[in-house]
Amino acid sequence: MPSVAYGRQLDAIFVLSMWNWFFKLGSPPHFYRIATRLEPWLMGGALVLLVIGAYGGLAMAPPDYLQGDGFRIIYVHVPSAFLSMFAYSVMAVASAIGLIWRMKLAFCVAAASAPAGAAFTFLALCTGAIWGEPIWGTWWAWDPRLTAELVLLFLFLGYMLLRQAMPETRQADRASGILAVVGVVNLPIIHYSVEWWNSIHQGPSLMKLETPSIDGDMLWPLLVMIVAYQLLFIGILFTSIRTQILLRERNTRWISDLLS
Amino acid sequence: MSIFFAVIKHDLAMAFRRWSDLAMPLVFFVIVCTLFPLALGQDKELLQAVGPGAIWVAALLATLLSLNTLFREDFDDGSLEQLALSEHPLSVLLLGKTAAHWLVAEVPLVLLAPLLALGFDIPAAGREALLLTLLIGTPTLSLLGSVGAALTAGLRRASGLLAVLILPLSVPVLIFGARSADLAARGQSIEGPLLLLGGITVLALTLTPFATAAAVRVTLD
Repeated sequence: MPSVAYGRQLDAIFVLSMWNWFFKLGSPPHFYRIATRLEPWLMGGALVLLVIGAYGGLAMAPPDYLQGDGFRIIYVHVPSAFLSMFAYSVMAVASAIGLIWRMKLAFCVAAASAPAGAAFTFLALCTGAIWGEPIWGTWWAWDPRLTAELVLLFLFLGYMLLRQAMPETRQADRASGILAVVGVVNLPIIHYSVEWWNSIHQGPSLMKLETPSIDGDMLWPLLVMIVAYQLLFIGILFTSIRTQILLRERNTRWISDLLS
Repeated sequence: MSIFFAVIKHDLAMAFRRWSDLAMPLVFFVIVCTLFPLALGQDKELLQAVGPGAIWVAALLATLLSLNTLFREDFDDGSLEQLALSEHPLSVLLLGKTAAHWLVAEVPLVLLAPLLALGFDIPAAGREALLLTLLIGTPTLSLLGSVGAALTAGLRRASGLLAVLILPLSVPVLIFGARSADLAARGQSIEGPLLLLGGITVLALTLTPFATAAAVRVTLD
């Protein structure tokens, strides 16, 4: 059956080219070039979307019938909370890839993701507190999502401190990678263990299988903001991955060629 | 399997030869537990309410204290390297060391907890639950701690770092342990949380030995 064999051959070529692409992406000089080229687009796109989203959220969206204008902090709070989780996933997945395939670039990604993730987590906690004060009447509540977010911040800090404490980069990469992977197994357990208490955090507005419980006029700026934050995160990630690459490869030929 | 028990036996023998290391976390645990009533005052209802949580937090801190030495000396004198080079799976050997740590550092603490609960005026049901939750929960603390101890064994002055790494990960155990002891003291059934606590312990028992072994290999690198 020639057609089947041909199909298999195509499959094999496809898989090979995927691997090839994967490994090429994993080479620091190649990634450095791609990141340098993409970065302005990412940052520019983030800026444009931030302006659109902020205008849509602050000026165009109608005030909430219950929370008035107070709800508008959602346009900062939800994207930061989303990005904090996203950054942790990136860190954990990159660490796992690095540990399994011994890929240097994966560890660069993980190491670069941590400070940005910690910053988003901190922002989510702060905006949450500022939002909670007028709406719930309290700055802080030991609610599942708040506590999980706080523990997430601790995990990020622990990851960064462990890296700092290890003098050798290779060792720091692998040790902190193990910590990130252990942490990602622990996160859902932490979340569900805190869910035990009665929660005062409002139900999810977005992540529902049915229609989201938020008005369309309020929703679109939120989605725009999330995409803007996402682009911003990837932009920041690329900048610090490039810094990581420069630091680690500072003694190589291509860096001296690049900088001369 | 026999190598697993051989490691435990060896570590127990080492621990009993230097009983000051053995007693120190225990004394620390008792002192921390006495600090709470002194700081909070004599109000019996208040002490009853905070008692299970306070004892659990004290147990967590005492565990942290004893974890510092789990792999440190073996790393310094090279026996950790010997373990890694041996023909037996490293995860089993390290699980043996962790089990010995639990027997030496945690079990006395667990047995002492109901006695300290008297100081918080916790009723009999609560004291029983405290014993039970600590018995089921502390293996997880040892197991998670072994990962942290393995990651920091090669570092000087790592005790603060160990705390930062381990404490956030111990949150679920602390919640289930302390909350169910508290529920029992209020006369409610704690079957559900106890099963969940057991589930967490089984999960930790299955997964952490591999993480600990990987971490030891990184530290030895």
